[in-house]
Amino acid sequence: MDNLNFLFAAYTAVWVLLFLYVLSLARRNRSLSKEIEELRELLQRRTQP
Amino acid sequence: MRKSIDAILPPATLLVMLGAIYMVFVYVPTDKVQGIVQRIFYFHVPLAIMTFLAFGTVAVASVLFLWRGTRTWDRVAHAAAEVGMLFCTLVLITGPIWARPVWGTWWTWDARLTTTLILWLIYAAYLMLRSISGGDQGARYAAVLGVVGAVDIPIINRSVYWWRTIHPAVLVTREGGSGLSDPRMQSTLGICFLAFFLLFVWLTWVRNENMRLTDEAEVLRQRALGQA
Repeated sequence: MDNLNFLFAAYTAVWVLLFLYVLSLARRNRSLSKEIEELRELLQRRTQP
Repeated sequence: MRKSIDAILPPATLLVMLGAIYMVFVYVPTDKVQGIVQRIFYFHVPLAIMTFLAFGTVAVASVLFLWRGTRTWDRVAHAAAEVGMLFCTLVLITGPIWARPVWGTWWTWDARLTTTLILWLIYAAYLMLRSISGGDQGARYAAVLGVVGAVDIPIINRSVYWWRTIHPAVLVTREGGSGLSDPRMQSTLGICFLAFFLLFVWLTWVRNENMRLTDEAEVLRQRALGQA
């Protein structure tokens, strides 16, 4: 197969970059959800008599 | 609404993307002239069109933000710019990989390639501006850049007609000329368009949600500091 390495390189680049971006979004979302949860608990504790 | 989007969009995108991969690697016939590297087109072209859609979304959302002043439109513009930047980067990577065996060079200062690189630089500047200047004023400056930058999109589209260029102009001709004349090639390209459209919507949605959570966390942080 001629130029199979070029095809492989192009699709690898697409999948690697997309995967890294999705991974970074998932990480950010997880850490933000955790922080929001902690802040809500903190505020709730403070407002309780 | 939010939960149903989160439940439907990711599996739908994955399903269509798997179908697109199957069609690109198994179903579609190999191009007689370019050989196997022509299959790069099935991702390269939809990525380019979705780049235009993403930066077009930035422009429209920026206009609405400047007009209405609502943070929601600013978030949509910012999220679409980030996804557009990712897609534009992939266009600029996959293009030269295709060009090397077909044109014999990785890069040439062809009108379409150059104007696409300019588009990448404009929105790189947009994202840099967003990261260094926060607040309402920074968002407004970025919105203006987001609108002005979109002027490059029709220039890229028409560049193959306005200037002498070696970039392919059309993929499917009504006259049955050069391009994707095989119906299997056309249907594969259609499915790839759908896959990348869903991917664009999903990624923009997730990034938008991410920014909404950032805003919510900031409000809670301020409230917690105020109570301390």
